[in-house]
Amino acid sequence: MLEIKNLHARVEDKTILKGLNLTINPGEVHCIMGPNGSGKSTLSQVLAGRESFQVTEGEIRYKGRDLIELEPHERAGEGLFLAFQYPVEIPGVSGMQFLRAALNAQRKYRGEEELDAAQMMKLFRAKAAEVKIDMASLKRSVNEGFSGGEKKRNEMLQMAILEPSLAVLDEVDSGLDIDALKIVSDAVNAMRSVDRSFLLITHYQRLLNHIVPDFIHVLVNGRIVKSGGKELALELEEKGYAWVEEHANITVG
Amino acid sequence: MTTVANDIENLTKKEYKYGFVTDIESDTFPPGLNEDVVRAISKKKEEPEWMTEWRLKAFRHWQTMEEPHHWPQLKYTPTDYQSISYFSQPKKKDGPKSLEEVDPKLLETYEKLGIPLHERARLAGVAVDAVFDSVSVVTTFKETLQKAGVIFCPISEALREYPDLVKKYLGSVVPQTDNFFAALNSAVFSDGSFVYIPKGVRCPMELSTYFRINEASTGQFERTLIVAEEGSYVSYLEGCTAPMRDENQLHAAVVELVAMDDAKIKYSTVQNWYPGDEEGRGGIYNFVTKRGKCAGRNSHISWTQVETGSAVTWKYPSCILQGDNSVGEFYSVALTNNYQQADTGTKMIHLGKNTKSTIISKGISAGRGQNAYRGLVKIMKGAENSRNYTQCDSLLIGDRCGAHTFPYIDVRNTSSLVEHEASTSKIAEDQLFYVQQRGLDMENAVSLIVNGFCKDVFRELPMEFAVEATKLLAVSLEGSVG
Repeated sequence: MLEIKNLHARVEDKTILKGLNLTINPGEVHCIMGPNGSGKSTLSQVLAGRESFQVTEGEIRYKGRDLIELEPHERAGEGLFLAFQYPVEIPGVSGMQFLRAALNAQRKYRGEEELDAAQMMKLFRAKAAEVKIDMASLKRSVNEGFSGGEKKRNEMLQMAILEPSLAVLDEVDSGLDIDALKIVSDAVNAMRSVDRSFLLITHYQRLLNHIVPDFIHVLVNGRIVKSGGKELALELEEKGYAWVEEHANITVG
Repeated sequence: MTTVANDIENLTKKEYKYGFVTDIESDTFPPGLNEDVVRAISKKKEEPEWMTEWRLKAFRHWQTMEEPHHWPQLKYTPTDYQSISYFSQPKKKDGPKSLEEVDPKLLETYEKLGIPLHERARLAGVAVDAVFDSVSVVTTFKETLQKAGVIFCPISEALREYPDLVKKYLGSVVPQTDNFFAALNSAVFSDGSFVYIPKGVRCPMELSTYFRINEASTGQFERTLIVAEEGSYVSYLEGCTAPMRDENQLHAAVVELVAMDDAKIKYSTVQNWYPGDEEGRGGIYNFVTKRGKCAGRNSHISWTQVETGSAVTWKYPSCILQGDNSVGEFYSVALTNNYQQADTGTKMIHLGKNTKSTIISKGISAGRGQNAYRGLVKIMKGAENSRNYTQCDSLLIGDRCGAHTFPYIDVRNTSSLVEHEASTSKIAEDQLFYVQQRGLDMENAVSLIVNGFCKDVFRELPMEFAVEATKLLAVSLEGSVG
């Protein structure tokens, strides 16, 4: 699904990613953890193709293609979805209108027939039911005046409707109370399947009580310094990132 | 960030879709303006003597006036009024009596413009009066309207058929001496539409006028007069296009609305005059005086405009709220791209008690476009318990355009309430990225965000017009990003 080799990336003059390697196979759920400033969010922005994040070295292959060559909307059309850490408000555009435009743009990109309003409605209802998220938010302007929890739920609803192959969830747990966290996690779990992969990016272990990943990677200073199974999260929780950093210095140094 | 700004700029570069010239033989006056030309226009239109005098009065006053150059936020080369032809009409033997008699080339032009003239008109339930250069070509659905007692015809025809009605109301809202452009229009207008809705009648269909300037070096000066008697209702739509030309062409229209007790007039405009090219060459100078008088109690006048065209726009559709409890509304989207300039807004003059006005203005600037909102809210001493709500938002696309807001508020009693809200924002890079991440390309992302920005105005437009406006906005923005 996704293969990242020796990825270096920078924002303005600051190099953030310094040789990151990561392979995600279909159906796998990976989690990247790490201290603030380690480059977690940079990775998500680079994957989605944000212009201000420049790849200076290395390669990213996605479904066998060179991802770096693709425009952001083309990546979306290829099934890459990013749940934003800070979902953006779009005043005057209803969630319904937004998703209709997005889904049809993606379908058009893939050479599929566009759906009419009735077909859309039916699809939205079915997908919302699958992830058990109320559709009422789609009547409102996208993210406008939404609480933190509403915004994250809305991201999950968009994900359910757009049915990506690879979903990158950037700090999807930040700012959520325990109930909202449960709703978001349940949505992700409902969408897990053999041909869909997830990349969770989080600072805290608590998300992993709800979404159990297949692999955990620790990102420190722009590189993955330790990888392991779900038990790694508990070890991190206990010993802290400092322990990994120390460990990283020994192994790398 | 800067690359995104550049991208956005490129998206606004899009060719003007309506820039074709129809090859039709025209009867055009030589350029120049004097009393003889005014008389000649009046004679061509077979007008009564009083009308010729009315025009001459306007012309004489116009000669004493100066074109306003100090206060509007506009920079342009002054028009040489002696180099313009003041009358142009497609050549023909007699006036067409029905669609079949209209020059097929004209009809073809309307086809290209997408005007619902033929059967399409009937399906859409829209009655159309099309003004080509200066002459009203055909008015559809006259009979249906006649049955309802509605008069909808070229104003030149109204002057012959209903002289008393025209005489009573013409200039009653915008006097000949009102301002430079209104005076010029009063002197030389050659056609336009007249609408009369009798007492208690709800006009059975939307009425519509399409204006097109075809001839080179001609000005277009149409005059529209709408009178809604007690308890009546009418919705009127106006659309405008022009071919692409290197020189600037002048359009100076006057629209007058009169609403009696409990009457409502809804006036919607989609203005898409040729805006000039990317370098700012050519384009229409659009100097328009639009004013409505809420003469009766509980009367209601609503202006909605989507202004995407013209090189220069100078336009302030206004309401005089004379009747007690009367309501005035102004909903506006004005888009300036490339070198376009717009100075537009409204005046709400509250005279009657408990009068209410709402102003929603959305200005979008892209390229090197300059967009100014200029609005006056005046509440007179006797207009007790009156209210105004103004919301004035500007959206900037790229970093070489400008937005300006000039609100004037004058309240002369203590029981009235005026609210004013204003905002200026840029399309943020994070908004664009968010929308693109969901699958829309840059152009469609900008279009979606801009449409959201304009929603409060678009929902005031009749359905067909709202669709057209949405498309027009997308087309006008193409090339502003890329």
